[in-house]
Formats: sequence, structure tokens, C-alpha cells
Amino acid sequence: MNSVESAPSLAQEPTLTPEVLRDHGISAEEYDRLLKSLGREPTFTELGIFSVMWSEHCSYKSSRVHLKRLPTHSRRVLQGPGENAGIIDIGDGWACAFKIESHNHPSFIEPFQGAATGVGGILRDIFTMGARPVAIMDSLRFGPITPQPGLDQATLHKNHSVLEGVVSGVASYGNCFGVPNVGGEVKFESCYSGNPLVNAFALGLVRRDQIFYAKAAGEGNPVIYVGSKTGRDGIHGATMASEEFSEESEAKRPNVQVGDPFLEKLLLEACLEAMQTGAIIGIQDMGAAGLTCSTCEMGGRGGVGLEIELDLVPQRETGMTPYEIMLSESQERMLLVAENGREDEVFRVFQKWGLDAVTIGRVIGQPAMRVLEHGKVVAEIPNAALTDDAPLYRRPLERWEPPVPREVPDNISLGQKSEFTDELKRLLASPNICSKRWVFQQYDSMVQINTVEGPGGEGGVIRVKGTQRGLAMALDGNARWCYLDPKLGAMHAVAESARNVACTGATPIAATNCLNFGNPEKPHIMWQFSQTIDGITKACEELETPITGGNVSFYNETLGEGIYPTPVMGVVGILEDVHTAVGPHFRQAGRAVVVLRGSEPGDAADVEAEFGSSEYAKEILGQVWGFPPSLELQQEAALQKAIVQIITAGLVDSAKDCSEGGVAATLAECGFARGIGAQVDLSSYGLVPEFVLFGEDASRILISCDPENVERIQQIAVQFGLAADRIGNTVSDQVEIQVDGTTVAAASVSELREAWASALERALHVETEERLVPAALQKS
Amino acid sequence: MKFGVIIFPGSNCDHDAYWVISEVAKQPVTFLWHDSPDLQGCDAIIVPGGFAYGDYLRTGAIAKFSPVMESVRKFATDGGLVLGICNGFQILCEAGLLPGALLRNAGLKYVCKPVHIRVESTNTPYTQQLSKGEVLEIPIGHMEGNYFCDERTLAELKEQERIVFRYTTPSGEVTAEANPNGSLENIAGVCNAGRNVLGMMPHPERASEPELGMTDGAKVFHSLVSAMVEK
Repeated sequence: MNSVESAPSLAQEPTLTPEVLRDHGISAEEYDRLLKSLGREPTFTELGIFSVMWSEHCSYKSSRVHLKRLPTHSRRVLQGPGENAGIIDIGDGWACAFKIESHNHPSFIEPFQGAATGVGGILRDIFTMGARPVAIMDSLRFGPITPQPGLDQATLHKNHSVLEGVVSGVASYGNCFGVPNVGGEVKFESCYSGNPLVNAFALGLVRRDQIFYAKAAGEGNPVIYVGSKTGRDGIHGATMASEEFSEESEAKRPNVQVGDPFLEKLLLEACLEAMQTGAIIGIQDMGAAGLTCSTCEMGGRGGVGLEIELDLVPQRETGMTPYEIMLSESQERMLLVAENGREDEVFRVFQKWGLDAVTIGRVIGQPAMRVLEHGKVVAEIPNAALTDDAPLYRRPLERWEPPVPREVPDNISLGQKSEFTDELKRLLASPNICSKRWVFQQYDSMVQINTVEGPGGEGGVIRVKGTQRGLAMALDGNARWCYLDPKLGAMHAVAESARNVACTGATPIAATNCLNFGNPEKPHIMWQFSQTIDGITKACEELETPITGGNVSFYNETLGEGIYPTPVMGVVGILEDVHTAVGPHFRQAGRAVVVLRGSEPGDAADVEAEFGSSEYAKEILGQVWGFPPSLELQQEAALQKAIVQIITAGLVDSAKDCSEGGVAATLAECGFARGIGAQVDLSSYGLVPEFVLFGEDASRILISCDPENVERIQQIAVQFGLAADRIGNTVSDQVEIQVDGTTVAAASVSELREAWASALERALHVETEERLVPAALQKS
Repeated sequence: MKFGVIIFPGSNCDHDAYWVISEVAKQPVTFLWHDSPDLQGCDAIIVPGGFAYGDYLRTGAIAKFSPVMESVRKFATDGGLVLGICNGFQILCEAGLLPGALLRNAGLKYVCKPVHIRVESTNTPYTQQLSKGEVLEIPIGHMEGNYFCDERTLAELKEQERIVFRYTTPSGEVTAEANPNGSLENIAGVCNAGRNVLGMMPHPERASEPELGMTDGAKVFHSLVSAMVEK
């Protein structure tokens, strides 16, 4: 390394005017803090470094005080929040790394690349820890894709194109990289029109004793840069993700990075192979804030510093300034610290895979990042100034009431009708409930040959090769419920995600969260956030699923219009024997249909108020009111334990939680895969049929089983303080639902299936499967 | 009998093929690196699925120039067994070991789902244990699986019974609805004139174990192994 001068060179750098500070999102108070922390004026490059590291996206400055409340420990947690991903022990010497992250802002500006690089980023977080990614899922939220009051044509078409772009982007990256997409969710609400949500989850497997951390150590050890060359793409991506959208946002397209899944696949293989050499001490991917973030965080975690020379950084373009190199968010890059003298072992592996790998610096004793260009210091900042000393805000909170009635509006009349077949069909065809086959068929869900339950079910299930075990995973969140009551809504998100995992037969053991909110500087948004954290904390404690990591995405607002508070929960569970796993689909006619439930129906007034948060209220009645359903967490925990015991004992054919669309929609959906119907009679408990059919009470699971097993299932239910009501049987091809002995809905399975299966394609005006090959292209 | 599975940069079904050869077909298997012409004395070569070189150019267009492919060409010409699956099929077509080309799916999107294919010829090592007309359930996962060749080649393929698999309904009917990608005459797999090289778009390795819900794919591997034993 060349000699180091004591003061950073200031030549040819712009002066720091108030405008420059504002463009960097640094407030006057923050600038004072920066001056104190650094003890002098920053250079322009240093200002850029501070601006990304102190951005909301990297520093969690508004959320950190709240995130501390989350439970993060259990005997299985090997690594909690703070690393690239959380890690849990799954037995037999194996551990599993998983995390969810948002890529919302880039996905609105450039849907394909935004979504693709979202997948790429989360995959790197996993293999940085030494884990081979074995499954991904996505939680996607878009504005409405069907015409509705108040929605103009331009917005409708934009929503279509964002959906198509995002799905293609996710498919393109995951398929090429070679990781199966085993589930997730796709939801639609008006609030996501200008602000779609793209939350990507990934899970990887690693031997317990071969986990790698993003921690530098050993003065004099080489700092090695591997992967893609650095270009001017993605500069200030982290800052962009920390602002609201305005009309000028489209102009920020150059801030969105471009993904190269092929290069990432090579990087994966090369990193895992290089880790086997034993020459690597620490490794971190260059995601948000690129070289800046990896340099200061790796040093910070190890209590040392990293010194790098920018002349040595592989560059895609000529004439890049230190500012641009440090802030670039070019994808598919990694920074690693190797053992001194063993660089060649690392280089050999990367050369084999045709990748750049060069030493760009050394570990230094001083706990600071030092950046040189042509041997001159252009930035020198203590690690702590960028990480631990970053601003921390206790932003004001203000309780907020959603602008909706809390009781049934006068214009809504319930209990007047006695026939609901048409409503059931419409509900099955509604965007939130209809089949998402058009989406997940574009994803490779089977590569790596581990997929036991793929997309379209409750949770994804994969086997762990070489063991008897399986892993189940699910993503969930009901934002409308969080809008009506953020705390209760967040509790539901945890409960439903864990319930979906339990419905496969797996015991939920840990969780990751992606928290999507509006502008945290608005007190009511911050109140929603705080309430959400309280809800997640309570539910995760009760369901024994600690949070091992995740991500916060604020500023999801366009022109001052915020999204619903949207926590998305990812829950992972273990199957001791993967062969016991079940799916949601009825397997044959002549089986018993049982509802396992934890809660008694509430009194009529409560049920009315809760019905206003249902899909039926939104889609069929066109109005939203009231509250989310109540949730007894102890009952929920008992329900999940019971269903795992029942499935493990081999007593059921299928299990599916009753959520959107209530018992009626769930019954129909269970039969679509194999064309099997059901004949059931539901007790009204004195409630109107709408509630009985379409109410979305929590803590209910619909089971199909051998009639001879019903008694044993009921015995187990009683042991857990639950009820298991046999409501009817599966039949060959008809869905018939009675309430207190009177038929209220009846249709053939194929008729219902048609409504459900083709709704998404119809909404997007794309070819349905049956017409996949346009006549003009038919060659035979 | 030793199997070799080629790894190109971007192959991603290499480990899957390896696993099924070793755990289901119970045969010795080794990986072959694209950069080396050494086939390590393998008796059968699998060209696996994936995105060799990212498929940024035409699929298989770069992979065919790999040093290993020069040896595979010689091996195949001498009657060696070569099975190309998905991207492997595309590469074998590009390399001239199989006729025709795989175009972009008619639906223009990547399609991953189980499909049904009918065995059209049992006169190959890969299908000799199967019955003609037998329908297999095997998944596909591709963006470019739309098989095409000129009329003369098609006539030749038919005449020599070299169309090995066709996409059909579960009951074995060749229909437009059963064609997932617009392939000419629903062609899902073809072999060379020597019948030792087979290319197929569906992934038999994804349908070879009961845990994963489908087992018909294992029949292709078992058939291949039995043919090698007899040889």
C-alpha cells in the first residue's frame, strides 16, 4: 500500500452547500452530529458515505428503538438479527439461514430489474453465510388489476405492467440462479397503486460448523474484492429507498441496479468453494450502499478497520470518482477478508469460475474505514461514526383512527338472502383469492429436487437431503387488518404464517419480518409501526417463533399517500419426518371433513364488526368497516400444536387454514387440484349465513380424513382444549353447503374451479392456459 | 458403469442429475468440468439442465464451444450414450448432435409444471424398458422448449421413428391443449440416427422419487442402466 497522508485530499470535490446536504438527505441536526463525530468537515466523498450509511434504509434510525422489543432468542437460534441473515439449528448437524427483504422502491421505478435484484440481494445474504440457497418465496402487493370506482385507466394499466414486470423479474433471476420458488403471496389493494411491495425471502442450508460471518479480523490480512465490476448503477439506491415518491421519481431510473443472475450463480459456486479452502476469515455481500457498507460493517463487527485503494477496484467504466465507486450499488459483488499468505488459494477458485478477485486493501488496527485513491486518503471515518453513532430517533407517536366506520354501515343489510352460490363464485374469482397459477407457473419451483409442497398451497415444504427431515415455510400478512388495527393485524400475520406452516405438519420454530410502512416522520405512521412491533412481539412470544432478522421499509408513500401498514411475516418450521407432510388438497371422495377450531364464535355484535374486515365485505359488499377478527393467542398456539400432532400421527389427508373467504371459499379451494367436492352442513350458532359461510374467524383449520379417524382427532382436540366438528364429507364433483340443514350454496366443482382458475388471466387480458398457443403459431 | 454429468458455468440441474444417478439408479457418477476435454472413462454422459453461460445469447450457443463438447461429439459419434435434458437438449441441438432447434415458448413465458408425455419409440436405450404408447408424468421448466425443424428433417424423424416423446393429455392424446410450448407436432424428445443420443425437454430427474410426488422419470434412468448392462 502506498503511503498515507494524514488529511484527506479535497482536490476537485464540490463544496458542501446547504443544497448539497439536502440532496443527500442530511438534515441540519444530522450535519452537526456528523461534524462532532468526525471532528472536522467531511469531504464530498465522506458526505456521500455518511448519507447512505445514515439513511433510513441502512441505519434503521427511526425503527431501531422499537425493533429492540422483538423476541430474538430460543435454544434453536444460532444467529439473531444483525448479520446478513438469521440462522437456526435444525438438527443432524444442519443449520438453516433465512431472511426476508424488501425491494419496493426500485420495483416501482423499474419493475423487472427492481424485482430481479431484490431476489439477487436476498440470495447473496444467504450464501454469504456459507449456506446454499435451497428455497425462495415472494410476497408481492400491487394496486387493483380490475376496473373499479375511482381507478383511472392509466393507473389500471400501470398496475398491470408493474405486476407483469415484477413477476418476470422474480422468475428471470430465480430460474437462472437455480433456486426453487416454493410459495409466497400475491395481494391487491388500492393503496399499492403508486407503491407496490416486493418482499423477497430466501432460505439456505449450511453445516452448523461451517457458518461464515461478516466480520474482519487480523491486522495485515488482505481485503479481497470478488464478482462483478463496479459501475455507475444504483448510486444512492439506499437514499432513494429512504424518500417518498414524487412525480420526479421516474427520473430516478438510473438509481435502479441491473441484475445478472448468471454471474450470481457463478459467485455462489465460487464463494462456497472458496470457503472450503479455510483461507477465508470473513465475507459480506455488497448490497445497499455497496463498498461503503461492507467496508465499515465488516471492520466494525471485528473491532478493526479496513483500508482500501480504489485504483485496485475492478471498474466497468472509466473516470469513476471515489464518490461514485464508494456509493455504487452494482450487483453481484462480495468483499472478503482472507488469511495473509493464502490469497492464491482464494484466487484459484474464483479464476476457475471466471470471476474477478483482487486484493484491494488490508485490515488495519485502527477501527476506521480508510479509502485511498492513487495512494491519497479520500475518506477516513471511524466505523462507529457510521454504524453505532448513526442518528437514533424516538420519533413522536400519535394514535390514529382509520377513516372507516367501526360498526356495520346503515346501507349494508345482512341476513336477507338465502342463496350464496353466485357470491361464492365471485369471491373465488376476486384477485386476492383467485388462483395465482399464472404467477407461480413462471417460477421454477422444482429445481434442486427437494420440493415436496410447491407454490399454490399453504406453505412450501422441502426435504433436507441426507436426513429424514423437512423444512416448511410460509409468508403472510393481511394489511387491511393492520390498517384497521395495526397491533391485532400484526398478531394475525404471525399467527397465520405459523398456522400455514403447521398445516403442513411442521412445527413453527422461527420467524423473519419485512415491515413496510409510510413516512416515519408522520406521528401516526410511527404509531402504526410501534403498534405492529407490539403485536409481532406478543404473537412471536406466544407461538415460540423468535425473530431472527428482517428488514424495515419506510417512506412507502407516493404524493403523500401512504400504504396500509404492511408487516409481512415469514415463518419457518421443521418436520421431523418429511414423509408425514400433507398438503391442502382433498385427496378423494368419501372422506370426512372436519373443522378444527380454537375459538368459539363471538356474540352477534362482535361478529358484525369483524365481518367488515373480510374479503366478502370488500369484494361483494364494496365496503370496509369494523375490526379484524379477535385472536386468542393461547388458543392459536394450542391449535398449531394439535394439528402438528394430528398430521404426524398420520390421521389426515389434507389440512388448510380457513382464512380469506371463510369456510365456503376454503372448502371449494381444497377440491380444485383433484376435482373433488364436499357436502357439508354448518351450524349457524344463531348468526346470519354471510358470517357462517364467509366470516374469517381466526384459529380454524379445515381437515379431510378417513371417517374412522374422526374420533381420534376429536380426542386430540379435546386434550388441547379445542373443538373438532365434523361438518360433512368429500364427494365426487359437487360443492354443497348447508347452514342448519338448508342449502345456501351449491355448484359443480368444475364451475367453481373455472371462476377461480382463470380470473387472474382474465384480469390481465392474457391468454388462458387452454389458449396458450395462439392459433397463428400452430404449426401442426 | 460410470456416468458423467457435465458442469457448464450456469448449469443448475447438474447436482439433481448426479443425485438421481447415484441415489435412485445406484450407479457410480462423476462431474465433468466444461473446460476439460477429459471424459474420465465415463460410459454415459448427461448434459444437464440450467442456463449455460446465462443463456444470454441463443440457448446453448456458447456451451457448444466448450472443450468438453468436442470430446462429447467424438464420444457420441462412436456410439457413446449422451442424454441431454432441457438446457442439455438445447445444447445438443446447437452442437449438431441432434436435429432441430428449441425456440421461445409460444406463450412467451417460462413454464414450470408437470406435463404428460407419451413414449413414441422404445427403440432407444432410454426407453427400451418402457412400452410404446405409455404415458409418463414428468415436469417441464423452460423458456425455450418450442421444438422446431424443417419439413425434410421432420419426415426423416418420423420415418426413422426418432421422435421419442410427445406431449399428450393424461390419457395419451396428442392435442393442442396438451402442448405446453408450441412444439412442432407436440415433440418433447428426439434421438439421433444412431439412437444413442437423446434430447428431451421434460426433466426425468425431477420425477424419480416418491417423496417428490412423481416417479415416472426414474423409468428413463432404469431403462438406460438396463441397456448398459445388456451391452
